[in-house]
Amino acid sequence: MIEVKKVSKSFNNRLVLNEIDLTVEKGETLVIIGRSGCGKSVLLKHMIGILRPDKGDLFIDGISMASLSGKQMNQLRMRFGMLFQFAALFDSMTVGENVGFALIEHTSLSHRAISERVEESLELVGLKGIQDLKPAELSGGMKKRVALARAICMRPEFLLYDEPTTGLDPIMADAINDLINELHDKLKVTSVAVTHDMVSAYKIATRIAMMYQGRIIKIGTPDEIRNTQDPVVRQFITGSASGPITDIQFKSLEQIGGDRSS
Amino acid sequence: MRAFVQSVGKGAFDSVQYAGGTFTLFLRTLFWIAVPPFRARHVFEQMVKTGVDSFAISTLTSFFIGVVIAFQSAYQMMKVNADIYIPSLVSISMTREIGPILTALVVAGRVGASIAAELGSMKVTEQIDALETLAANPVKYLVAPRFIALFTMLPLLTIYADFVGMVGGYLVGVYKLGLTHSIYMKMTFEPLVLKDIFTGLFKTLVFASIICVISCFEGMRVEGGAEGVGNATTKAVVTSFILIIVSDAIFTIVFYFL
Repeated sequence: MIEVKKVSKSFNNRLVLNEIDLTVEKGETLVIIGRSGCGKSVLLKHMIGILRPDKGDLFIDGISMASLSGKQMNQLRMRFGMLFQFAALFDSMTVGENVGFALIEHTSLSHRAISERVEESLELVGLKGIQDLKPAELSGGMKKRVALARAICMRPEFLLYDEPTTGLDPIMADAINDLINELHDKLKVTSVAVTHDMVSAYKIATRIAMMYQGRIIKIGTPDEIRNTQDPVVRQFITGSASGPITDIQFKSLEQIGGDRSS
Repeated sequence: MRAFVQSVGKGAFDSVQYAGGTFTLFLRTLFWIAVPPFRARHVFEQMVKTGVDSFAISTLTSFFIGVVIAFQSAYQMMKVNADIYIPSLVSISMTREIGPILTALVVAGRVGASIAAELGSMKVTEQIDALETLAANPVKYLVAPRFIALFTMLPLLTIYADFVGMVGGYLVGVYKLGLTHSIYMKMTFEPLVLKDIFTGLFKTLVFASIICVISCFEGMRVEGGAEGVGNATTKAVVTSFILIIVSDAIFTIVFYFL
């Protein structure tokens, strides 16, 4: 279980996370939705300890992340796998070296055992026999799959997905959604995905949380979110250009314009 | 006036922050070098990139600098019939000053730029974040091997550059200025003492640290995509150049009095 308690984070005096409280239950897939730049990825990076909160704390199965030493943090990270928005494959390495990176670095497994695990992980994401290719030789969808294979190679308990379908064509995006569901069922992982792709959110989520202005403003099952009457959530899920989210933006733009002219 | 004071204050604050950041990275690098496991394969790869691949450009620059020093000194020395001292001037200036600083500047331009661009690209494509999520420390994985490689290869390159520079001087002295082979060799090595070589090599260790730490620091703090990578690369090279020249001046003054 991942618990986020009163977490705040600012960058250059801009408050991105504002006392966020959130709980991800064991075994569920929580999808965090929200506009680009609203802090979804920042929240995800806090969960794996790449970013540290200015205030508040995160708890992984009751363990406070603030109290961990560097070594303990690394041990905790080995229980996680993360898929980055643009795959973040190491371009100086082959696909095989990318997928087996954590095994090579942190285990004393034989070369053969690592190769077998790499092959098995690649097979789980529907790619086989591409160990010797370089990331530059792969398509966008294949890169995401390889990155997913790298994320699951250590058989993690938690999987974090940062915009898993961004930049993919609808067919490939749907294939990635199926893969996320399949991995969830096969590996019994707790997953957190951030996305602004509502098709993906409805398909993979056990629960959906909406982030707005640095806070979680709504959380519920896909059906609850689909039928909500909250105007902010409704504008986002229907993808409407007019509504409370854009009204606030226009008002602030008008205010900036007014300040300048006076 | 107020704006001027504010801008000076901000500049001073930024400089202190920069110095603190690079020094912290230097200390962290030393710490992670001491922590096992030792990544021999990564270090070897970096040695090839930083050292072996720099041999050609180092040969070219050092050879021609040796030729230039010989000709330039001949221009003055021949006026006072002191052309016999040309070999000594070439060998001492190559080992004490020109060899170390020229090699460091060449490596800062070639390797420093490459390190800043590579790490910068890794930063903007989240590869450095990915390393952290895979429980690999970026300083241990990326900076430490480059530091060891530069720390070992820059002195070796410098010794080689000293030698090539002297060969350039020899060709000018023997085939153009009419000095004999035996005189040239005698006047090259006789005045050369071990202190000249060691002071030169000591400086290269400092230069290697400057190139590695500045380039890695700039690369790892890139923000803003391709433009950010370009800016970091330029800044890494310019800052390394300035620090190499300033530290060389300081060492030259200190060694003069020692």
